[in-house]
Amino acid sequence: MKILSLNFLTCAVKACKSTSGSYPLHPKDAELVEDDLEINSDLLLNVMTRIDWTALSTTATELGFPSLPAQAPTKEELEGDEKMLKDLHHLLMETQMMEGKLVCGNCGHEYAVREGIANFLLPAHLV
Amino acid sequence: MQQSTTPAAADADAPMAAAAAAAAASQQPSSSGSAALHAAAPPSASGNGMQPPITATAAATAAAVMPVPPSGQNDSTTATATSKGSSLSLTANTAPAAAAAPPSTAASLAASSSAAEAADYEAEHVHAVYESIAPHFSATRYKPWPVIADFLTSLAPGSVGFDVGCGNGKYLGVNPGVHMLGSDRSASLVSFARDHGGAERSQDVAVADGLALPFPEGRADFAICVAVIHHMSTRERRREAVRALLDCVRRPSAGGDGEDGGQILVYVWALEQSNSRRGWDESTEQDLLVPWVMKQKKEKKEKKPKTKKTKAGAAGGDGEEEVVVEAGNDAGGSNDPPPPADTTYQRYYHLFRKGELEEDVEAVGGKVVRNGYDKDNWWVVASRCSS
Repeated sequence: MKILSLNFLTCAVKACKSTSGSYPLHPKDAELVEDDLEINSDLLLNVMTRIDWTALSTTATELGFPSLPAQAPTKEELEGDEKMLKDLHHLLMETQMMEGKLVCGNCGHEYAVREGIANFLLPAHLV
Repeated sequence: MQQSTTPAAADADAPMAAAAAAAAASQQPSSSGSAALHAAAPPSASGNGMQPPITATAAATAAAVMPVPPSGQNDSTTATATSKGSSLSLTANTAPAAAAAPPSTAASLAASSSAAEAADYEAEHVHAVYESIAPHFSATRYKPWPVIADFLTSLAPGSVGFDVGCGNGKYLGVNPGVHMLGSDRSASLVSFARDHGGAERSQDVAVADGLALPFPEGRADFAICVAVIHHMSTRERRREAVRALLDCVRRPSAGGDGEDGGQILVYVWALEQSNSRRGWDESTEQDLLVPWVMKQKKEKKEKKPKTKKTKAGAAGGDGEEEVVVEAGNDAGGSNDPPPPADTTYQRYYHLFRKGELEEDVEAVGGKVVRNGYDKDNWWVVASRCSS
């Protein structure tokens, strides 16, 4: 599961969704792998406006990446900054969480990640 | 993948008639000609949530005119059935149990007390089945449907969206310019979906229930949901599933033309498919159990194609087929126990009548953008309202 996808995941418990603590989910005991992928500039440049930058910064810090800039780069800035584009490509697309847990900051439920697949099925008492 | 021994299964146009014949053979070995297709009432449709699902048998006339495969000659019979392309028509069997399972109406909307039972019913007649048939199901589903592929390829670069009920993930890589996250209730199918693009291009997937999605509110540019919502056994749950999809996508900006929001694309099986091999029409019971037959491969048979491809466009699409697939002897290992007998799995379906999907979309605040009928399915593209 790519780090980009973590930016679009939250707790599956209905009551949690409206709370600020449920997003982003917090990686725990995360095992990461790095893929070697070609940069898809068209996707990357245009996906920036869709990303919740604050959440991404949190996720990156929790996974041990260097701090991101306080503000998301604009498309224009990114087009002129090959290094930043490459760094973002590495973080968002090439880094995958393969094992570990994703933890809701509101209810505390831990969703297991195995072989890159997160399992969001809820135990009966949380449905 | 287990395609090597399943050429018939790998054909997305695998013969429904053959499935019916095989179902008849496996369940009615006396060749009575009465295939056991079940019309089943989901818990709420029975009008009494405390009742177990009612099962009614309906005579499948196709089975009477189709050669029922004698045991041991399944392969040749399957091929025959395909070339004839006969349609299966459910006769209006007025068994008492069928009468007790009227098409869903307002009166059959699930009371809250039966919601858990509806979930249990789907766990048995949908989730467990897909877990069991996942490898064979996946091997028969590889070709994207054009309407869906067009929807995906028309998305702006950098779009982000979800495929809810992604099955084996055949849509996840259709547009490499967008980011898609697939989810499915079946962990087995999700594993197939992850690897759909090959080991070098793994897809992002998660195991999740369509009624408890782990997606944040209003963020996605799009969400697709193909051949999923017809597995929900009450109208209330079907509408909740549509609502869950709409919740994922962006609202249009206030005061705008309403077209800048995210969109959902939903496909469901149609009641009206009198031109299909199944021959269902408006008089058909809307809530059905549809068999999936896994035939056991005979060890001595040669591995060669047993069916001819039917014409493109002639099939009902590969999302919804009753398929005879052959399991066994492709797992390697000479110490395998003797294969079990043919296995028939019954999947629950709610067949949508014309206009019903649009009603469900609008009932939960969606706005129909466009809609249509495509190869035995109703589909709709919808957006949220701006406020």
